[in-house]
Amino acid sequence: MDTPPELPARLARDLDGAFEELVRGHERLLFGLALRVVGNAHDAEEVAQDAFERAYHALSGYPAERVAAMRLRPWLARIALNLARNRLRRRTPPTRPLESADGEPLPLAAPAGGEPAAVAERHQDRELWAELLAGLPGRYREAVVLRHVEDLPYAEVAEVLGQPVGTVKTHVHRGVRLLRAAFEARKETVAR
Amino acid sequence: MSAHDELEGWREMATGLRGLQPEPPPTLRPAVLERVGLADAFITVAGPAGPLLVAFNGRGISATAPAGDEAGFVQRFLARHRRPLRRAGEPPARLLAQLERYLGSSSPGAARGPAARGEPPRFDLRGVSAFEGDVLRKSAEIPRGEVRPYAWVAGEIGRPAAVRAVGGALNRNPVPVLIPCHRVVGSDGRLTGYAWGVPYKRTLLAAEGADPEELERLGRHHTRYLGSDTTRIYCYPTCHNARRIGPAQRVAFRDGNAAAAAGYRPCRRCRPPAAG
Repeated sequence: MDTPPELPARLARDLDGAFEELVRGHERLLFGLALRVVGNAHDAEEVAQDAFERAYHALSGYPAERVAAMRLRPWLARIALNLARNRLRRRTPPTRPLESADGEPLPLAAPAGGEPAAVAERHQDRELWAELLAGLPGRYREAVVLRHVEDLPYAEVAEVLGQPVGTVKTHVHRGVRLLRAAFEARKETVAR
Repeated sequence: MSAHDELEGWREMATGLRGLQPEPPPTLRPAVLERVGLADAFITVAGPAGPLLVAFNGRGISATAPAGDEAGFVQRFLARHRRPLRRAGEPPARLLAQLERYLGSSSPGAARGPAARGEPPRFDLRGVSAFEGDVLRKSAEIPRGEVRPYAWVAGEIGRPAAVRAVGGALNRNPVPVLIPCHRVVGSDGRLTGYAWGVPYKRTLLAAEGADPEELERLGRHHTRYLGSDTTRIYCYPTCHNARRIGPAQRVAFRDGNAAAAAGYRPCRRCRPPAAG
């Protein structure tokens, strides 16, 4: 969901009155982003809560003109992303890289008890994409999630990640290539 | 792979990825609003005179009420603070432990003193005026098991003429029991008023070890202060120092002038007014 254009001005005038709308308009993005980084719903909810709380305290300390001129969506996403990365760093990640040291995709094992007929079903489809995405290296995964899951334009993805647009595009393309390859590999394994 | 297959594969993936946008949990938004103080949750805790409803948000404890009428509590809270209030989903373990420590056991004399009771909880006193805040903070200084008159609070905060306003401020205390406005009584020892009714105040004071019947009896005999003829110091009757005066040494005074005339000085702990 895009930030309503008048929301920054309303936050600048009456933070307490407009803050719930800020949460309502961005909770899907912050929770979704956190979920793809930390990998479980419980931690993702805490990350999203922390991010909104930080945003509230930051906004209450900024002068009104600054709040009125803010680009809320990338700003909020960046707060959440940093918190999610910190949380991930505090524990040992159980993720398995999708690429080997030379950058080539690694074959994925077939899911236990795979049912070829059901693979096309939407629910399993989602689990499959989530699993493939979770296997991407962090820098590619973050870029792909922001661009293709959350549907942010490249300029905003670059703002969230604090990288030049060119770098972001490269990461998205590499991530997508790895995902495609992993998907094809999975289909072949299942079909066999 | 043909260009057509390439495009189909790409579409398949784009749809797959777009489908990964999860529904945020319904608990997220209320939790955020409570953490920043734009909404509140409440829990039930054991109080000295019966179970208490305690409302709180990320800034501190915002309201208390006697348990029994939760719907009424929520309604009054909304009318006064203009924020939604709901029962806490997950009881906050830290706050519960702190309240338990702070309220302590109801038995008088058990673990006296602030050190043994733990730090007072944080309060959210938005909506309380500067004067009301001064009155509430002063009443919070009165030790458990003791009482002070309204006039004492007025004098201590530098507004000696504002005795009635002190009563009004205490009556508007958003967090009765936790900020102990019940420890402020009439100069004649009568319990006068209480937002939750005088019987509740009496029960609270009795549970804390202040003896309301004895206070009223002293008041009827016009005894405001008790002095010791060995130390020549006079105190409010419930002062820790007054309780240590033996019956043979105890001297009763009706006001500061009488005490001064007898050569007594005010206690530095409970600070009764000097002659004037």
